[in-house]
Amino acid sequence: MVSTGCVIKDPGNSKKNKTGSWRTFKPVLDKEKCIGCDKCVMFCPDAAINKDHDINYDYCKGCGICSAECPVKAIEMIKE
Amino acid sequence: MTKEVMTANKAVAEAARLVKPKVIPVFPITPQTSISEYLAQYVADGDIDAKYVKVESEHSAISAAVGASGAGVRVFTATSSQGLMLMHEIIFAAAGMRVPIVMANANRAISAPLSIWNDQQDSIAQRDAGWLQTYVEDAQDALDSTLMAYKISENDDVLLPSMVCLDGFILTHTVEPVDIPNQEDVNKFLPSYNPKHSFLDPKEPMTLGALADPGYYFEARHAIEIGMEKSIDVIKKTCKEFEEIFGRKYDLVENYKCDDAEIVLVAMGSVCSTIKAVIDELREEGEKIGLLKIRVYRPFPVDEINDAIKNCKKLSILDKNITFGIGGALYSDIKAKINKETYGFIIGLGGRDITPDTIKEVYEKTKNPEKDVTWVGLKKEDD
Ligand code: SF4
Ligand code: SF4
Repeated sequence: MVSTGCVIKDPGNSKKNKTGSWRTFKPVLDKEKCIGCDKCVMFCPDAAINKDHDINYDYCKGCGICSAECPVKAIEMIKE
Repeated sequence: MTKEVMTANKAVAEAARLVKPKVIPVFPITPQTSISEYLAQYVADGDIDAKYVKVESEHSAISAAVGASGAGVRVFTATSSQGLMLMHEIIFAAAGMRVPIVMANANRAISAPLSIWNDQQDSIAQRDAGWLQTYVEDAQDALDSTLMAYKISENDDVLLPSMVCLDGFILTHTVEPVDIPNQEDVNKFLPSYNPKHSFLDPKEPMTLGALADPGYYFEARHAIEIGMEKSIDVIKKTCKEFEEIFGRKYDLVENYKCDDAEIVLVAMGSVCSTIKAVIDELREEGEKIGLLKIRVYRPFPVDEINDAIKNCKKLSILDKNITFGIGGALYSDIKAKINKETYGFIIGLGGRDITPDTIKEVYEKTKNPEKDVTWVGLKKEDD
């Protein structure tokens, strides 16, 4: 249930909001093509790509920014 | 207790002094201005230990009020008309964030055309915001309702803001004798504000006014509805406690000679005094007429209205506001909730005088109705 006035008393609870459920296109990263430039890591608005270039699909909302920014086209957007 | 002759604006300011607010963000506007002036004086003289915030607009006044109340202190503010319109966005936020702010609204018409005179369109336009609304009849009612508003709004079952509505000029600038309660009695009636849901404490950090996605918003809005429903009993209980300490009796509605009346007029605010005088006169002539004063408009007191009007044949609703295409707001609420032959009358917009003859015309037109909604007091084409 919601608290009175929707007051949030447990900081950091945006973790509970799994934005992965919004996705219609899924980014698939080909590590063979990847040159490790980290552009996708920095551009992902949900911080869903880690330093090892693994994508966390719990939070990846499928916006496609990583795919658009990748200089070697290593990330393909595939319909869910 | 001391008795003094004063305007309803001063009576409201006296109430605000007695509840000891910690923050008063306020922006002056006719006809509320003297409330903000009295409060500035009280703070400057040390009669109120509060931060008086001189904001640059009403939008900022209510925003500062929400921030201060969210931080956990008692807050007072006041406005009118265009000022209330400018607050509109934050008025809804205050209810949703469940901050029990109390605000006086000096009822004044809405532009355009520009008008500083009285009607009740301004606060009526906020009726869906989730605020409790009381419409007072005189200066004493203004003082007492402001005191009670804090106790009702701060109740854990309610936690919704309150608007105390007083008719511009008719009350705000008219002097009458008012009993000013003493501080000890007010302290006994109204304990200090100790919120459990929203307060500023670095050891217990919290986020206020955050986003709620579709998984939460619906329940949050429903919780406001529950608070509004529960406020009915809280208001009744508060009125009883008030009477025990201060000796003055209030309720959600006032039944004035309704029990044997065939026609009951329904109205809000200062016009009720005029109506009572007309009823006394017409009763001497044998007319079976009564008045149901709606003192508390939100929550809407459906059971209390039904109880008061059960014996009458017809209702005539007097509205100092207009919901274009429908009639008055009170008329449409009563049509929605009360099963009785009902006629609506639009009166007094923009300060058009409401005289005993206006009331008599309403009564005659209810006896011999021509249409559902009638504007009474319009000039003739060639006037
Ligand atoms: S699709 Fe968007 S959200 Fe998902 S990993 Fe790429 S940039 Fe991040
Ligand atoms: S942007 Fe492309 S190349 Fe650069 S790290 Fe990401 S996947 Fe690899």
